[in-house]
Amino acid sequence: MSAILVIAPLGLVFFHLLINGIASVNWDFFTKLPVPVGEVGGGMANAIVGSLELLAIAGMIGIPIGVLGGVYLAEYGSARINSVLRFLADVLNGIPSITWGVVVYGLVVLRFKSFSALAGGLALGLIMIPLILRTTEEVVLLVPNGYREAALALGVSRWKTIVHIVMKTASKGIITGILLALARIGGETAPLLFTAFGNRFWNHSLIQPIAALPLQIFTYAISPYDDWHRQAWAGALVLVTGIFIVNITVRILTRGRGASVA
Amino acid sequence: MPAITFQDADAIRAVQSRMSPPSRFGDKAFEWLTLAMASAVVVLVILIGWELWVGSSLAIKKFGFHFLTTSTWDPVAEQFGALPFIYGTLVSSAIALVIAVPLGIATAAYLTELAPLWIRQPLVSLIEMLAAIPSVILGLWGVFVMVPWLRDYPFPFLKRYFGWIPLFTGPIYGPCMFAGGIIIAIMILPIITSISREILRSVPNLQREAAYALGATRWEATRIAVLSYAKKGLFGAVILGLGRALGETLAVTMVIGNTPQIVASLFKPGYTLASVLANEFTEATTDIYLGALFEIGLVLFGITILVNLLAQLLLRTIRATSATRAVQ
Repeated sequence: MSAILVIAPLGLVFFHLLINGIASVNWDFFTKLPVPVGEVGGGMANAIVGSLELLAIAGMIGIPIGVLGGVYLAEYGSARINSVLRFLADVLNGIPSITWGVVVYGLVVLRFKSFSALAGGLALGLIMIPLILRTTEEVVLLVPNGYREAALALGVSRWKTIVHIVMKTASKGIITGILLALARIGGETAPLLFTAFGNRFWNHSLIQPIAALPLQIFTYAISPYDDWHRQAWAGALVLVTGIFIVNITVRILTRGRGASVA
Repeated sequence: MPAITFQDADAIRAVQSRMSPPSRFGDKAFEWLTLAMASAVVVLVILIGWELWVGSSLAIKKFGFHFLTTSTWDPVAEQFGALPFIYGTLVSSAIALVIAVPLGIATAAYLTELAPLWIRQPLVSLIEMLAAIPSVILGLWGVFVMVPWLRDYPFPFLKRYFGWIPLFTGPIYGPCMFAGGIIIAIMILPIITSISREILRSVPNLQREAAYALGATRWEATRIAVLSYAKKGLFGAVILGLGRALGETLAVTMVIGNTPQIVASLFKPGYTLASVLANEFTEATTDIYLGALFEIGLVLFGITILVNLLAQLLLRTIRATSATRAVQ
């Protein structure tokens, strides 16, 4: 009974997204810019592209740091150091995402006197670090020690063993962690409010404000215009579909993981 | 076996020198590189604390401790007190916990103890899907679907039958503290459920078998042998949920009404620390206004980090003890 109550919001949200959003998800939505207030039509092409750009910047920051940090925890660190780092990573994961926005605002936006794509990407990238660090560590620890010993016995140096044998064996799990982290930050709005800021036009510069899908949904949802509400639903449907596709793909990918690692 | 001659020894040495031992440099460099990356978490914690502290220094100097205890929020007169936001954050999170804790733990118990095996995995997947819905989308749904429904059906009902409690008095607008609490509850249900499930799964089977052996029914075994055994861990799960609830931003901002006031009625609009940041940060025109908002961020960071520390410590001791037990 309680399980039904827990699942109910999922069903309801998805149901309402479908009935309110599906009619507005059309070719225009994916290819056109937003139109001025009062005109009907237009799309969110710039926001979709903007979100992808932000994810790319975030990935460039979060993926290398998170993956290599996770490798350190699994392969090198002493028990003492590890428990401290792991602890801090878990605490960081619990920090509200809006805090990251405030920090990056102070760090980048105030200093350069401009909202920018770079600042938005940085905020999202920082959120990714502890997420990826923990998932990478978990999957690297799953690689059996025999693999490491076999490589070392052949005279392969330790770092090559780690890169070519251990990380390669765990690559599926590492990629899963990265994809889940991307899906998670892809829907984040709070850290973007005062870093990426949003933009109603195309942006071709990393130091200019940039649009993002979740940001656009928020702006449209709290606006008083019906046509914008309609577009907010469409945007939400597209965003949720994207996130669910990543999640389901990952779920299918990981179904065979236990076998491939063991 | 003939003794090794000098020539042989020379030959061996020649081969060895050609085989030069694997370079230590690559190993050291890689270890340092990964260590540098791992220490990013330390840097980040310090960075957050430092940035927030520097950003809010102006406001801290000007308002001192009064910032936390006064309730005027007037950017025009440059008077800033965070009390209504702290109040709103605590009350909305409390509502969320009251709803989400029993539901989450009951669901976890159902998933580990009672549900037929074939239904468990699909249910777990669905709950993870719920966790994947972005806050802003839940907020959108909250504004256009949940709030109107609450306003038309459950709220008038509560008012009619429980109106004598101060919590349920006053006019019903729609967006309000109660709606904020409910949306937070939806957002923290998945994490409470999944952590509780993990905790309950680590309860040794002996516990259950002992209860059954004493003639307990399934429900009694769950309640006595499993739930009370896992009490501490479940408490950790709840605290972790609380940490998430306190920092929940977008969805709450969209349904809570955004009015800084301290009133008993849950039908009145409220405001939270995270929401005021979301709404006013880009509008802060003066340095002191911005400083006050940074200080709000600092307060929020302080509260959530304390709550998270507590949760991690609780969960950590549980995992440690169950691990040693497993070894024994």
